[in-house]
Amino acid sequence: MNRINQKLKENKKLLSIYFTAGFPKINDTVSIIENLEKSGVDFIEIGLPFSDPLADGPTIQASSTKALDNGMTSEVLFNQLKDIRKTVTIPLIIMGYFNPMMQFGIENFCKKCAEIGIDGLIIPDLPVDVYNDNYKAVFEKYGLINVFLITPQTSLERIQFIDKISDGFIYMVSSASVTGSQNAFGKTQDDYFKRIADLNLKSPQIVGFGISNAETFKQATKYAKGAIIGSAFVKYLAENGTANINKFVSGIRD
Amino acid sequence: MSYFVDKKGYYGEFGGAFIPEMLYPNVKELEDNYLKIMQEPSFQKEFQELLKEYVGRPTPLYFAKRLSEKYQTKIYLKREDLCHTGAHKINNTIGQILVAKKLGKTRVIAETGAGQHGVATATVCALMGIECVVYMGEIDIARQAPNVARMKMLGAKVVPALSGSRTLKDATNEAIRDWINNPVNTHYIIGSVVGPHPYPDMVARFQSVISEEIKKQLKVHENRENPDYVIACVGGGSNAAGAFYHYLDEEKVNLIAVEAAGLGIHSGESAATSILGKEGVIHGSKTLLMQSEDGQITEPYSISAGLDYPGIGPLHAHLYRSKRAEFISITDAEAMTAGLELCKLEGIIPAIESAHALAVFNMKKFKESDVVVLNLSGRGDKDLDTYVKYFKL
Repeated sequence: MNRINQKLKENKKLLSIYFTAGFPKINDTVSIIENLEKSGVDFIEIGLPFSDPLADGPTIQASSTKALDNGMTSEVLFNQLKDIRKTVTIPLIIMGYFNPMMQFGIENFCKKCAEIGIDGLIIPDLPVDVYNDNYKAVFEKYGLINVFLITPQTSLERIQFIDKISDGFIYMVSSASVTGSQNAFGKTQDDYFKRIADLNLKSPQIVGFGISNAETFKQATKYAKGAIIGSAFVKYLAENGTANINKFVSGIRD
Repeated sequence: MSYFVDKKGYYGEFGGAFIPEMLYPNVKELEDNYLKIMQEPSFQKEFQELLKEYVGRPTPLYFAKRLSEKYQTKIYLKREDLCHTGAHKINNTIGQILVAKKLGKTRVIAETGAGQHGVATATVCALMGIECVVYMGEIDIARQAPNVARMKMLGAKVVPALSGSRTLKDATNEAIRDWINNPVNTHYIIGSVVGPHPYPDMVARFQSVISEEIKKQLKVHENRENPDYVIACVGGGSNAAGAFYHYLDEEKVNLIAVEAAGLGIHSGESAATSILGKEGVIHGSKTLLMQSEDGQITEPYSISAGLDYPGIGPLHAHLYRSKRAEFISITDAEAMTAGLELCKLEGIIPAIESAHALAVFNMKKFKESDVVVLNLSGRGDKDLDTYVKYFKL
């Protein structure tokens, strides 16, 4: 069984952390992953930087620009990760935009992921229908889970369709926004979280966008299976470097 | 083969809607409604009236006698430079503002490079009393001050794009992010035949008035609807899409798309996307785009701010791949010379974008009997500074 599905069976609220590969320094990737696992994170999203990250706010944009300036590429990332499964056992997901993957070659990209032991991909600008028609077979061939997003504006019909074709979990975007722009959740989000929970979908939901601390993590996981922190962690790395990652993580779970 | 968009939003292998799920409802709403709205009689009535009374259409199809004599062929100029606000851009913004109104939107956003599309959007927003926010790269704001002032006078808010290379592609990213953040009340007026389906088709349809008029006007001048050649410059490709539109399936009409070669195609300072670009995804569309080997989008260069976009519209990628259109690239120097020549021969100061199209007459020999229509997409007032500096006038 894919490590993601195994993890989803655990009887607890899951914490996932996103970071941009190649930031703050080009060779920080492996140590960030190892430290996150040691700190008790449940799974990790490794951001493959892109020059034009449409769905991201200023924090992740800036970290992507820096990572590219540092020399990060798909090739470099795969090289850094080649022995990662010797030290790390939690699920690893690569999150990135479609164009760099296309240039690497989709099949090649999937093959590399499988060799390394990557469990899934999140590709915000690869639409569900295009994936379903053109790439599903190759993802499945290499045992990769492709994670889809839903938002507060996603129609019921579409949510049900996404649930049907999803393996693993559904990435539930907390509000109509790019990453890193929310500070607190209000009643609107709570209603939305509950509305989705009441649908009793087959795929567990993990909430992302706008989770930055213990309070928002708690709110986000009141109904959902887990939550993802991205911008807040990237900001922490920008300010503190890679030392004391465990301090950040323990601050979330308190 | 058809050169028009198919039901799924593709031109051959190009196009589609590669958008984050957050944009799906916005784009879907537009896709489900744009054709319906455009076919409504009340829409058509208002659109046609505004094109006539406000934009100043039809624009003349002018026989350029002295230019024709020089190049020993029959040259007609489609005078889009005479449109209100100085370029063809307003054909599209008039259409889209009416679509936005029909969809009940109360706020409009747009991206702009040189500022022409920003001005055209600010203009129609003022006309309709709709809130307008224009994203513009920080670097472009500094080098296009007069257009920034115009937009402000017209009541628009100009927001600097501070990310990435701080030019047109980043302004487009910022506009898309704004749309993600404001999915319900906002319409995004894209300025070219780029972006996710249905934008390339919708913008091409609004610009198609150009070739619709050429057909009628050429009939009067030459007693034939179809010229031998249509020439237009391509950045994203909206004026070319409009000039080609009604000729796409008329295979006897040769289409020439002119790209900016900047300092030379292989100089590293160029915007010749069809030649330098590879298949990829930019701003929600699968097309040809300039990028690194690793798939990072690179910054193009041209002396003309309207042509330095790293992609081309998916229609044009298809016309290139299928060889329906001939693509020619023109350097800064060739374009500037051709621009000045039109001033001297015809008393018309062209936009530097359009000057790229004019430079084709120095690159390619036409027959004396050929009827060549060149889409003069904009006027050169906005480029005076560049002309002055370049020629030390």
